Amino acid sequence: METWFFFILGGTALFAAINVVAQHRVFYAALSLILCLVALSGLYLLLQAPFIAAVQIIVYAGAIMVLFLFVIMMLDPFSAQMICDKHKYLSYLAVVLGVAVLIFLYRFLQTYDLALAPSNSTPIMGGTGSPGNLGRVLFSEYLLPFEMTSVLILIAIIGAVVLARRRP
Amino acid sequence: MDIQYYLILSALLFVVGAAGVILRKNIIAIFLCIELMLNAVNLSFISFSRYLNQVHGQIFVFFVMVVAAAEAAVGLAITIALYRHRGSLNVDDADLMKW
Repeated sequence: METWFFFILGGTALFAAINVVAQHRVFYAALSLILCLVALSGLYLLLQAPFIAAVQIIVYAGAIMVLFLFVIMMLDPFSAQMICDKHKYLSYLAVVLGVAVLIFLYRFLQTYDLALAPSNSTPIMGGTGSPGNLGRVLFSEYLLPFEMTSVLILIAIIGAVVLARRRP
Repeated sequence: MDIQYYLILSALLFVVGAAGVILRKNIIAIFLCIELMLNAVNLSFISFSRYLNQVHGQIFVFFVMVVAAAEAAVGLAITIALYRHRGSLNVDDADLMKW
């Protein structure tokens, strides 16, 4: 079973990676990279690193790639034009799918039994890759590097603002 | 599932990303390929972490992600500045420091 999942996810990741390089349009390349990141996060789940898999989706596919797509849409005239006129029907499809997901979630939440939820006393996910274990190591053994990364992020924010500022 | 499969997949992803950095001319496409290489390294970190049964590899993946975020922010700011000055995203147009 694990072998099948590995080959499906790994094949998807590899295919998407090759598409990133071979794709002519940067916009499609970025979308393809998002697919690759999602497949890699599935591989992280296989390797029993559930927290890293969630962070991969939230931070990488959610934040960093959105930043990339913002800049691509700002600088590449093709992508803005493509979003506007070529795929107009997609917006209607998005509304229909969104309503469908809303109905599904509402039904799910209505029938959700709180007694089935794991209580706070038992760890949700055991093993070395569990969020609790990871946080314990991160804030004890790796406390100094962790604080230094926050300084690095601050420097990056200031640098990005200074670099992208319009010169008078 | 042996660790070799994951390492081979990681090496393949890294090689694809490195080839993209060399082959592509668009600066944003080069950035995307760099992200791909960082992710290939992350995969081998996680697989070693799993097979050595230690958490340190996953901690390092955190730091790699932080560096990737900082690199994306600064790199995209440089891209915007380059586009304002040169009016092009082609790396061959930015040849002021080329000898």
